[in-house]
Amino acid sequence: MPKVAIIGDRDSIMGFAALGVQTLETRSPEETRRLLRAASTDDLAVVFITEQAAEAVPDTLAALRLQRLPAILPIPSIAGRTGLGMTDVRETVRKAVGVDLFALDEPSGRDKE
Amino acid sequence: MARIQVNPTRMELLRLKKRLAVARRGHKLLKDKRDELMKRFLDLVRSNRDLRQEVETRLAEAFREFVLARAVLSREALESALLMGAPPLDLPVDTQNIMSVEVPVFELLFAEYRADELPYGMAGTPGELDAAIATFREILPAMLRLAEMEKTAQLLAEEIEKTRRRVNSLEYVLIPRLAETIRFITMKLDENERGNTTRLMKVKDMMVRQALEQARKFDEGVAAEREGRLA
Repeated sequence: MPKVAIIGDRDSIMGFAALGVQTLETRSPEETRRLLRAASTDDLAVVFITEQAAEAVPDTLAALRLQRLPAILPIPSIAGRTGLGMTDVRETVRKAVGVDLFALDEPSGRDKE
Repeated sequence: MARIQVNPTRMELLRLKKRLAVARRGHKLLKDKRDELMKRFLDLVRSNRDLRQEVETRLAEAFREFVLARAVLSREALESALLMGAPPLDLPVDTQNIMSVEVPVFELLFAEYRADELPYGMAGTPGELDAAIATFREILPAMLRLAEMEKTAQLLAEEIEKTRRRVNSLEYVLIPRLAETIRFITMKLDENERGNTTRLMKVKDMMVRQALEQARKFDEGVAAEREGRLA
Protein backbone atom coordinates (compact mmCIF):
# COMPACT_ATOMS: atom_id res chain seq x y z
CA MET A 1 0.00 0.00 0.00
CA PRO A 2 1.25 3.53 -0.71
CA LYS A 3 3.32 5.11 1.98
CA VAL A 4 4.09 8.56 3.29
CA ALA A 5 7.60 9.98 3.47
CA ILE A 6 9.28 13.16 4.60
CA ILE A 7 12.46 14.68 3.20
CA GLY A 8 14.48 17.23 5.13
CA ASP A 9 17.12 17.84 7.73
CA ARG A 10 17.41 15.39 10.59
CA ASP A 11 15.83 17.54 13.30
CA SER A 12 12.80 18.45 11.23
CA ILE A 13 11.94 14.95 10.12
CA MET A 14 12.74 12.94 13.25
CA GLY A 15 9.46 13.65 14.96
CA PHE A 16 7.54 12.13 12.08
CA ALA A 17 9.34 8.81 12.43
CA ALA A 18 7.16 8.12 15.44
CA LEU A 19 4.07 8.36 13.23
CA GLY A 20 5.17 5.72 10.77
CA VAL A 21 6.22 8.28 8.20
CA GLN A 22 9.29 7.17 6.30
CA THR A 23 12.07 9.66 7.10
CA LEU A 24 14.58 10.49 4.38
CA GLU A 25 17.38 12.69 5.58
CA THR A 26 19.07 15.03 3.15
CA ARG A 27 22.15 17.16 3.59
CA SER A 28 22.64 18.52 0.06
CA PRO A 29 20.57 19.48 -3.00
CA GLU A 30 22.01 16.48 -4.87
CA GLU A 31 20.78 14.16 -2.16
CA THR A 32 17.36 15.83 -2.23
CA ARG A 33 17.19 15.38 -5.98
CA ARG A 34 18.09 11.73 -5.71
CA LEU A 35 15.51 11.14 -2.98
CA LEU A 36 12.79 12.91 -4.95
CA ARG A 37 13.52 10.90 -8.05
CA ALA A 38 13.40 7.70 -6.06
CA ALA A 39 10.16 8.86 -4.45
CA SER A 40 8.46 9.28 -7.80
CA THR A 41 9.10 5.66 -8.69
CA ASP A 42 8.58 4.16 -5.25
CA ASP A 43 5.13 3.43 -3.97
CA LEU A 44 4.79 6.76 -2.20
CA ALA A 45 1.54 8.68 -2.05
CA VAL A 46 2.64 11.76 -0.18
CA VAL A 47 6.09 13.23 0.25
CA PHE A 48 6.50 16.09 2.69
CA ILE A 49 9.58 18.15 2.07
CA THR A 50 10.92 20.98 4.18
CA GLU A 51 10.80 24.33 2.44
CA GLN A 52 14.52 24.70 2.99
CA ALA A 53 15.26 21.49 1.10
CA ALA A 54 12.67 22.28 -1.57
CA GLU A 55 14.12 25.69 -2.33
CA ALA A 56 17.36 24.14 -3.50
CA VAL A 57 15.74 21.94 -6.15
CA PRO A 58 12.96 23.90 -7.93
CA ASP A 59 13.56 22.17 -11.28
CA THR A 60 13.14 18.65 -9.92
CA LEU A 61 9.97 19.68 -8.10
CA ALA A 62 8.55 21.33 -11.22
CA ALA A 63 9.10 18.12 -13.16
CA LEU A 64 7.08 16.16 -10.59
CA ARG A 65 4.27 18.69 -10.31
CA LEU A 66 2.17 17.21 -13.09
CA GLN A 67 2.44 13.62 -11.98
CA ARG A 68 -0.66 12.39 -10.25
CA LEU A 69 1.42 10.79 -7.49
CA PRO A 70 3.28 11.38 -5.32
CA ALA A 71 1.83 14.59 -3.97
CA ILE A 72 4.82 16.61 -2.83
CA LEU A 73 4.01 19.08 -0.10
CA PRO A 74 6.45 21.75 1.07
CA ILE A 75 6.18 22.29 4.82
CA PRO A 76 8.04 24.55 7.23
CA SER A 77 11.08 22.99 8.85
CA ILE A 78 12.05 23.14 12.48
CA ALA A 79 13.84 26.39 11.66
CA GLY A 80 10.59 28.05 10.60
CA ARG A 81 8.79 28.83 7.38
CA THR A 82 10.28 30.50 4.34
CA GLY A 83 7.00 31.15 2.55
CA LEU A 84 7.79 28.78 -0.31
CA GLY A 85 4.66 26.69 0.25
CA MET A 86 2.38 29.71 0.09
CA THR A 87 4.24 31.10 -2.91
CA ASP A 88 3.65 27.79 -4.68
CA VAL A 89 -0.09 28.02 -4.02
CA ARG A 90 -0.16 31.54 -5.42
CA GLU A 91 1.86 30.43 -8.42
CA THR A 92 -0.74 27.73 -9.11
CA VAL A 93 -3.49 30.36 -8.96
CA ARG A 94 -1.60 32.67 -11.27
CA LYS A 95 -1.16 29.87 -13.76
CA ALA A 96 -4.85 28.97 -13.80
CA VAL A 97 -6.44 32.39 -13.52
CA GLY A 98 -3.81 34.58 -15.09
CA VAL A 99 -3.63 36.90 -12.10
CA ASP A 100 -2.59 36.45 -8.49
CA LEU A 101 -6.00 36.54 -6.83
CA PHE A 102 -4.63 36.47 -3.31
CA ALA A 103 -2.63 39.60 -3.91
CA LEU A 104 -5.98 41.42 -3.88
CA ASP A 105 -7.09 39.79 -0.64
CA GLU A 106 -4.04 40.74 1.36
CA PRO A 107 -1.87 43.37 -0.25
CA SER A 108 1.01 42.77 2.14
CA GLY A 109 0.40 39.06 2.69
CA ARG A 110 3.69 37.85 1.34
CA ASP A 111 6.03 39.80 3.53
CA LYS A 112 4.05 39.37 6.69
CA GLU A 113 6.82 37.37 8.28
CA MET B 1 -6.93 36.68 -41.38
CA ALA B 2 -5.43 34.25 -43.79
CA ARG B 3 -7.82 31.92 -45.45
CA ILE B 4 -7.32 28.26 -46.13
CA GLN B 5 -6.08 27.35 -49.60
CA VAL B 6 -8.95 25.49 -51.27
CA ASN B 7 -10.69 25.26 -54.61
CA PRO B 8 -13.72 27.55 -54.67
CA THR B 9 -16.25 24.84 -55.44
CA ARG B 10 -19.68 24.16 -54.07
CA MET B 11 -18.45 20.85 -52.69
CA GLU B 12 -15.69 22.58 -50.73
CA LEU B 13 -18.15 25.18 -49.47
CA LEU B 14 -20.42 22.51 -48.02
CA ARG B 15 -17.46 20.77 -46.40
CA LEU B 16 -16.21 23.99 -44.82
CA LYS B 17 -19.64 24.92 -43.53
CA LYS B 18 -19.82 21.58 -41.78
CA ARG B 19 -16.36 22.10 -40.28
CA LEU B 20 -17.33 25.53 -39.07
CA ALA B 21 -20.42 24.18 -37.34
CA VAL B 22 -18.31 21.53 -35.59
CA ALA B 23 -15.70 24.10 -34.58
CA ARG B 24 -18.37 26.40 -33.14
CA ARG B 25 -19.91 23.56 -31.14
CA GLY B 26 -16.48 22.45 -29.88
CA HIS B 27 -15.67 26.00 -28.90
CA LYS B 28 -18.85 26.31 -26.87
CA LEU B 29 -18.27 22.99 -25.10
CA LEU B 30 -14.66 23.82 -24.26
CA LYS B 31 -15.67 27.21 -22.97
CA ASP B 32 -18.23 25.60 -20.68
CA LYS B 33 -15.58 23.15 -19.50
CA ARG B 34 -13.14 25.94 -18.81
CA ASP B 35 -15.71 27.91 -16.82
CA GLU B 36 -16.72 24.93 -14.73
CA LEU B 37 -13.08 23.98 -14.07
CA MET B 38 -12.40 27.53 -13.01
CA LYS B 39 -15.33 27.51 -10.61
CA ARG B 40 -14.13 24.32 -8.95
CA PHE B 41 -10.58 25.60 -8.88
CA LEU B 42 -11.47 28.86 -7.16
CA ASP B 43 -13.53 27.06 -4.51
CA LEU B 44 -10.66 24.68 -3.90
CA VAL B 45 -7.85 27.16 -3.81
CA ARG B 46 -9.45 29.36 -1.18
CA SER B 47 -9.74 26.51 1.28
CA ASN B 48 -6.28 25.43 0.22
CA ARG B 49 -4.80 28.71 1.37
CA ASP B 50 -6.69 28.67 4.66
CA LEU B 51 -5.66 25.10 5.39
CA ARG B 52 -2.04 25.84 4.59
CA GLN B 53 -2.03 28.73 6.98
CA GLU B 54 -3.49 26.53 9.68
CA VAL B 55 -1.06 23.67 9.06
CA GLU B 56 1.95 25.97 9.05
CA THR B 57 0.92 27.55 12.33
CA ARG B 58 0.21 24.25 14.05
CA LEU B 59 3.40 22.72 12.71
CA ALA B 60 5.44 25.58 14.14
CA GLU B 61 3.78 24.83 17.47
CA ALA B 62 4.66 21.14 17.22
CA PHE B 63 8.25 21.92 16.36
CA ARG B 64 8.48 24.18 19.42
CA GLU B 65 7.38 21.33 21.64
CA PHE B 66 9.77 19.01 19.88
CA VAL B 67 12.70 21.32 20.51
CA LEU B 68 11.85 21.23 24.20
CA ALA B 69 11.88 17.44 24.19
CA ARG B 70 15.19 17.43 22.39
CA ALA B 71 16.66 19.63 25.06
CA VAL B 72 15.72 17.21 27.80
CA LEU B 73 16.87 14.03 26.07
CA SER B 74 20.17 12.99 24.64
CA ARG B 75 20.17 12.61 20.89
CA GLU B 76 20.64 8.81 21.10
CA ALA B 77 17.80 8.41 23.56
CA LEU B 78 15.55 10.57 21.44
CA GLU B 79 16.28 8.73 18.23
CA SER B 80 15.94 5.30 19.71
CA ALA B 81 12.62 6.31 21.23
CA LEU B 82 11.31 7.71 17.98
CA LEU B 83 12.53 5.05 15.62
CA MET B 84 11.34 2.20 17.74
CA GLY B 85 8.39 0.21 16.61
CA ALA B 86 6.30 2.65 14.67
CA PRO B 87 4.66 0.58 11.95
CA PRO B 88 4.85 2.19 8.51
CA LEU B 89 1.87 4.37 7.83
CA ASP B 90 -0.21 3.02 4.98
CA LEU B 91 -2.19 5.47 2.97
CA PRO B 92 -4.88 4.07 0.68
CA VAL B 93 -5.17 6.21 -2.43
CA ASP B 94 -8.38 6.60 -4.35
CA THR B 95 -8.96 8.52 -7.54
CA GLN B 96 -11.56 11.16 -8.11
CA ASN B 97 -12.55 12.47 -11.50
CA ILE B 98 -13.10 16.22 -11.68
CA MET B 99 -14.15 17.24 -15.19
CA SER B 100 -12.07 14.40 -16.63
CA VAL B 101 -9.02 15.35 -14.55
CA GLU B 102 -7.90 12.42 -12.44
CA VAL B 103 -6.95 13.60 -8.97
CA PRO B 104 -5.82 11.52 -6.00
CA VAL B 105 -7.87 11.18 -2.83
CA PHE B 106 -6.06 10.05 0.30
CA GLU B 107 -8.03 8.04 2.78
CA LEU B 108 -6.27 7.96 6.07
CA LEU B 109 -7.79 5.08 7.96
CA PHE B 110 -8.96 6.80 11.08
CA ALA B 111 -10.05 3.55 12.62
CA GLU B 112 -6.46 2.39 12.70
CA TYR B 113 -5.00 5.81 13.18
CA ARG B 114 -5.27 6.89 16.78
CA ALA B 115 -4.02 10.34 17.55
CA ASP B 116 -3.38 9.54 21.22
CA GLU B 117 -1.43 6.34 20.79
CA LEU B 118 2.29 6.51 21.37
CA PRO B 119 4.59 4.06 19.64
CA TYR B 120 7.22 3.97 22.36
CA GLY B 121 7.35 3.07 26.00
CA MET B 122 6.67 5.63 28.66
CA ALA B 123 9.80 4.73 30.55
CA GLY B 124 12.87 6.73 29.72
CA THR B 125 11.09 9.44 27.79
CA PRO B 126 9.92 12.77 29.14
CA GLY B 127 6.43 14.15 28.91
CA GLU B 128 7.61 16.84 26.55
CA LEU B 129 8.28 14.23 23.88
CA ASP B 130 4.83 12.73 24.34
CA ALA B 131 3.29 16.15 23.89
CA ALA B 132 5.29 16.92 20.76
CA ILE B 133 4.51 13.57 19.15
CA ALA B 134 0.85 13.93 20.07
CA THR B 135 0.78 17.29 18.34
CA PHE B 136 2.45 15.86 15.24
CA ARG B 137 -0.17 13.11 15.20
CA GLU B 138 -2.99 15.59 15.42
CA ILE B 139 -1.64 17.62 12.51
CA LEU B 140 -0.91 14.70 10.21
CA PRO B 141 -4.45 14.30 8.84
CA ALA B 142 -4.58 18.01 8.03
CA MET B 143 -1.19 17.76 6.33
CA LEU B 144 -2.41 14.89 4.18
CA ARG B 145 -5.55 16.81 3.28
CA LEU B 146 -3.37 19.73 2.31
CA ALA B 147 -1.16 17.52 0.15
CA GLU B 148 -4.27 16.20 -1.60
CA MET B 149 -5.64 19.70 -2.08
CA GLU B 150 -2.48 21.20 -3.48
CA LYS B 151 -1.96 18.30 -5.86
CA THR B 152 -5.56 18.66 -7.05
CA ALA B 153 -5.13 22.40 -7.49
CA GLN B 154 -1.96 21.89 -9.52
CA LEU B 155 -3.58 19.33 -11.80
CA LEU B 156 -6.67 21.49 -12.26
CA ALA B 157 -4.54 24.53 -13.03
CA GLU B 158 -2.74 22.59 -15.72
CA GLU B 159 -6.02 21.46 -17.26
CA ILE B 160 -7.46 24.96 -17.14
CA GLU B 161 -4.43 26.32 -18.94
CA LYS B 162 -4.66 23.62 -21.60
CA THR B 163 -8.39 24.18 -22.09
CA ARG B 164 -7.93 27.92 -22.29
CA ARG B 165 -5.30 27.52 -25.00
CA ARG B 166 -7.68 25.33 -27.00
CA VAL B 167 -10.59 27.75 -26.59
CA ASN B 168 -8.42 30.62 -27.77
CA SER B 169 -7.02 28.84 -30.78
CA LEU B 170 -10.55 27.91 -31.86
CA GLU B 171 -11.90 31.38 -31.20
CA TYR B 172 -9.11 33.44 -32.72
CA VAL B 173 -7.62 31.17 -35.36
CA LEU B 174 -9.70 28.30 -36.66
CA ILE B 175 -13.18 29.83 -36.63
CA PRO B 176 -12.22 33.18 -38.23
CA ARG B 177 -10.17 31.33 -40.83
CA LEU B 178 -13.05 29.03 -41.74
CA ALA B 179 -15.50 31.94 -41.88
CA GLU B 180 -13.13 33.91 -44.09
CA THR B 181 -12.69 30.97 -46.48
CA ILE B 182 -16.44 30.41 -46.64
CA ARG B 183 -16.92 34.08 -47.51
CA PHE B 184 -14.26 33.81 -50.19
CA ILE B 185 -15.87 30.78 -51.81
CA THR B 186 -19.36 32.28 -51.64
CA MET B 187 -18.15 35.44 -53.32
CA LYS B 188 -16.28 33.50 -55.97
CA LEU B 189 -19.35 31.39 -56.71
CA ASP B 190 -21.57 34.48 -56.85
CA GLU B 191 -19.13 36.12 -59.21
CA ASN B 192 -19.22 33.06 -61.47
CA GLU B 193 -22.99 33.15 -61.34
CA ARG B 194 -23.05 36.79 -62.38
CA GLY B 195 -20.62 36.09 -65.20
CA ASN B 196 -22.87 33.33 -66.40
CA THR B 197 -25.95 35.55 -66.31
CA THR B 198 -24.21 38.24 -68.32
CA ARG B 199 -23.13 35.69 -70.86
CA LEU B 200 -26.65 34.36 -71.20
CA MET B 201 -28.08 37.86 -71.60
CA LYS B 202 -25.51 38.60 -74.28
CA VAL B 203 -26.35 35.43 -76.15
CA LYS B 204 -30.05 36.14 -75.89
CA ASP B 205 -29.45 39.67 -77.14
CA MET B 206 -27.62 38.32 -80.16
CA MET B 207 -30.37 35.82 -80.86
CA VAL B 208 -33.01 38.54 -80.68
CA ARG B 209 -31.06 40.78 -83.01
CA GLN B 210 -30.66 37.92 -85.47
CA ALA B 211 -34.39 37.19 -85.37
CA LEU B 212 -35.17 40.88 -85.94
CA GLU B 213 -32.80 41.00 -88.88
CA GLN B 214 -34.49 37.98 -90.46
CA ALA B 215 -37.93 39.42 -89.89
CA ARG B 216 -36.91 42.70 -91.47
CA LYS B 217 -35.47 40.94 -94.48
CA PHE B 218 -38.65 38.95 -94.80
CA ASP B 219 -40.78 42.09 -94.58
CA GLU B 220 -38.62 43.83 -97.17
CA GLY B 221 -39.02 40.84 -99.48
CA VAL B 222 -42.78 40.89 -99.10
CA ALA B 223 -42.95 44.65 -99.73
CA ALA B 224 -40.80 44.39 -102.85
CA GLU B 225 -42.98 41.60 -104.20
CA ARG B 226 -46.14 43.61 -103.59
CA GLU B 227 -44.62 46.62 -105.34
CA GLY B 228 -43.62 44.48 -108.33
CA ARG B 229 -47.15 43.10 -108.64
CA LEU B 230 -48.70 46.56 -108.56
CA ALA B 231 -46.37 47.93 -111.16
